[in-house]
This record gives sequence, structure tokens and C-alpha cells, in this order.
Amino acid sequence: MAQNRPGDEPATAKAGPGPVSVVDGWFTVDPPRLTGTRCTACGTVYFPPQTLTCRNPACDGDELVTTPLSDRGRIWSYADARYRPPPPYVSGEDFEPYAIAAVELAAERIVVLGQVVRGVGIDDLAVGMEVELVVEELDPGHLVWKWRPVSEEGE
Amino acid sequence: MNTGGEVAVLGAGMHPWGKWGRNFVEYGLAAARDALKDAGLAWTDIDYVAGADTIRNGYPGFIAGATFAQALGWSGARVSSCYAACASGAQAMSTARAQILAGLVDVALVVGADAAPKGFFAPVGGDRPDDPDWLRFRVLGATNPVYFALYARRRMATYGATRDDFTAVKIKNARHGRHNPYARYRKEVTAADVAGSPVVADPLRLLDICATSDGGAAVVLSSVEYARRRGHRAPVRIGAIATATPTFPNTALELPNFATDSSVAVDPPERPFRAANAAAAYEEAGLGPEDLSLAEVYDLSTALELDWYEDIGLCKPGEAEGLLRDGVTALGGRIPVNPSGGLACFGEAIPAQAIAQVCELTWQLRGQAGKRQVEGARAGIAVNQGLFGHGSAIIART
Repeated sequence: MAQNRPGDEPATAKAGPGPVSVVDGWFTVDPPRLTGTRCTACGTVYFPPQTLTCRNPACDGDELVTTPLSDRGRIWSYADARYRPPPPYVSGEDFEPYAIAAVELAAERIVVLGQVVRGVGIDDLAVGMEVELVVEELDPGHLVWKWRPVSEEGE
Repeated sequence: MNTGGEVAVLGAGMHPWGKWGRNFVEYGLAAARDALKDAGLAWTDIDYVAGADTIRNGYPGFIAGATFAQALGWSGARVSSCYAACASGAQAMSTARAQILAGLVDVALVVGADAAPKGFFAPVGGDRPDDPDWLRFRVLGATNPVYFALYARRRMATYGATRDDFTAVKIKNARHGRHNPYARYRKEVTAADVAGSPVVADPLRLLDICATSDGGAAVVLSSVEYARRRGHRAPVRIGAIATATPTFPNTALELPNFATDSSVAVDPPERPFRAANAAAAYEEAGLGPEDLSLAEVYDLSTALELDWYEDIGLCKPGEAEGLLRDGVTALGGRIPVNPSGGLACFGEAIPAQAIAQVCELTWQLRGQAGKRQVEGARAGIAVNQGLFGHGSAIIART
């Protein structure tokens, strides 16, 4: 049962005016994946995508290729935001608290932050829980990646 | 590397922390004058001024050294200004120390002061999508307390820290700080006070998170030889100032980052960032955690204070709660942590904070800390961490 779960709504940007990514080149909408870069010399992965040079001080590599990151990981830690953050965060009249998860991607050995999908709060989360990447509205007109718990019964 | 060489702390001065709503220069000036008076020196005796910058107070904040030098009256002293986020004050002291140890100057004044905004720290203004600090607010809405809460939750999951432990840190620091005339919050806090404060970023409540404050701090540093010449027979000495950057891959999730470094190609370093700075300072000073009488740690949150116990080697990872529960880190315990009251009682005045930590070490090591005095204090460490890979560890001793 995968329908009507939080995070399902604005899956893709339609043709013409529609929601756009809040930040260029950090994720794809369809399929929803984070976009990293990988050093062709040492294999180190970067997110947000690093393009200048490999930051491994023992590596001379300066060729970094785009690579999609794992779309599933496990929660390293999580928290929530109960108060409206200052700009440039965009929030309307009715501020809704949201959860943020730090998620460990096993293959890349990296921990990546993201908001948790709407409707899922800290009481629904646990360290070690498996989550998957989705794309959801951040604010009207803007999309962002978010984490969503993987349903127990699977897809 | 030449690790020999100590500098003397001849004077320490502070402007009380608070929310005074005045210009930061005023706080720095008051602190500088107090430090000079404490040192028994005139402003015109100072060879070198090191300013710790504030980025929230316009141009004068970016050139803090010159700003304070001009406020004190141009004297021809050499000058520097530096910004290193929360470690700005530590780097200013490091710069002054290097000048002294190199023999370029005899005596230096280090000053930091800030006037902070109300509420959350926000990124510097403007539309700047190439700035990670701007982006983390725009893309994630991740304020500083969100990061602190992530660390706190991780500690609960990994080591079994409890809400009660975080509350106990606050109660301890409030007890310490009530005796500190420079602290902003000087009253006891109860468990009910903490529980009654609103959740800001679960699991942290308002009273777990350090406030943003106005304040100023200054120290006068000199060569040991100069100190003797001026009649300071046994000044407090600084034996180490470590300001190392992290080692790749930095697998700690640091402000304002979106992710850790990946350790897919290189294993994480033996010592994580904060612990590495403490270890560097111990090596430089030629002593270890067992030699400490007290520690001032950067308790941006109650939970983070527990992480510091382990980072500075007071105990092994996972044992900090035990130290806290046994009263080891309270005044009267074996190694009091944050006898000043810490950020819990001060709130953060960014460029002044690391200098304020050294003021506390100085007063403690001189036996001048009044009701918060650590008995027989001989050596202390002050540690700090800020955004963008900045941090410091400073060791002072009698």
C-alpha cells in the first residue's frame, strides 16, 4: 500500500510553469535521487556535488563525475524545528514544524541531511530506521529532496 | 615544530554578558580597559592589538583590531583582525602569541566583542546561493539548534544519555554561573524550569540551548621575560593554543554542512575533530587530562557538554553521563567543567567567547574566582568549536 502516503503529492514538475528545484543540480525529480560527484581517481563521493577538485589530501584527482547517490539509507540521527527559521527559509502565515533527519548511506559512507516528508514527525522516527529519498514541495513553487520512512510491508 | 615557549597572561577583563542593545565597540573597550588595569599597564605600553571580528556589526566588526585600537586612541601599535567563527577569539590569541614567541613584540592586547541579534543566528543577508551557511537555511531550514539536537539524539541512541542528563548539565552550570558577575543568567535553574521551557528542536528545550548575547572580553599577553620585568613574578602562563583544522574525511556532521565527508576511499581519522584539537594542545603543553584542575568547554547545548568530556579525554566515549551523575564535573568534584557557568549562563557573544574562557582560566588559576573557585587550581583547558572547520584548545597553568 503505497498510495496517499506523505511525500507522494508533487512528484514531478510538469511542462510549463510548475514547481522548480530549490537548488540547481543537487537532485533529480524523476527518479528522485540525490546527485553527487565521484572522484575518478580515489572514489571519494561528494554531496553537495563537488566539482573543483577532489578534497582527499592524499589524492591528486581533479576529475569528478556526476553520480546518483543511494536512494535508501538509515537514520543516523533526527530532530525537528518547532520555530520558524529566519530567512532565507520561506514559510507562510502558518508555520508547521518539520522533522530533519541525518541519514547514513552505506555504499557512499556519508551522512546526508534532509527534511522528513510532511506528516511524519519525530515520534514516527528512530535511529537506525530505513528511509528512502523522495521529492516534495519545500515552499510554494519549490521542490526539495526529503526522507521518508520505508513502509514495513515494503512496496 | 617548535613547541617550546609559553606566554604570560598579564591581564584579563570582561564586559558583562547580556542583551544591552549598545554598540559592540563599547563592550570591547570596557573589557580592554579592565584587562590593561588588571595587567598594571597603560594602553600606550601595548605593542600589538589582535581583534576578533564580528560579522554582524558592519565594517567596524570586520576590522575589529583597528576598531578597538582607534577607540583606545591611535598609539602606533601593530594590529591584526581575524575571523574564525566561534574560534575567532582563540585565533586572535594565537596570532598575538605567535608575535610574542617570535620576538616581534613584547606585549599584546587581544579583544573580542559582539552585539548579537535576538533569536536564531541567521546567515549574513543577501541572496547568496553559493554560501553553504545561506543554503542550509534556504534548503533545509536547519538552524543551529537543529544541529545541536541531532548531536543530542545521537548521544541518546549511542550512549544512553537521557533527558535527565541534559537537564542535570543545565542545573550544574546554573549553579556555577550564579556566582559569576559577568554571566548573563545568574540564578539557579530547576528540573521543572527546564521541563517547562519550550521544545526548540526535539530533544532540546530552550534551556538546553545557549542564547545569543552581547559581551566583550580581553586579555593582555606578554613574553614571560617581559612579565618578569614588569614585576609579575608568577603569572598564569598559556602553554598551548591549538587551532587545527579537521582531518579528511571529517565524518562529523558539522555546521553548516549538508553532509559529512565520505569515508568510502579513506577511513576516518583516529581522532575526530574536537578530540584532535585537544590532543594537539596536550602535546604542545606537555601535560594530559589527568593534570587538569578545571575545563571550560563550549556548551552550545547541554548535550554537547557531555561530548566534550570525551573529546578532552576526561573519560572514554560513552562514559560522560557517568562523570556527570557522579558529580565529578561539578564544583567540588575532581574536575569541574564550566565553573564560569559556561555558555549556559553567558549565551554566546561569538568573537568574545573564547577570550572569556581564558579570562575564567586566568582568574581560577590565580585563585581569584570567588565563590566559584576551584580549590588549588593548577592547570585548565578551554575548548571551542565553530562553523566551517574552526575550533581551538587552549591550556593555561600556574
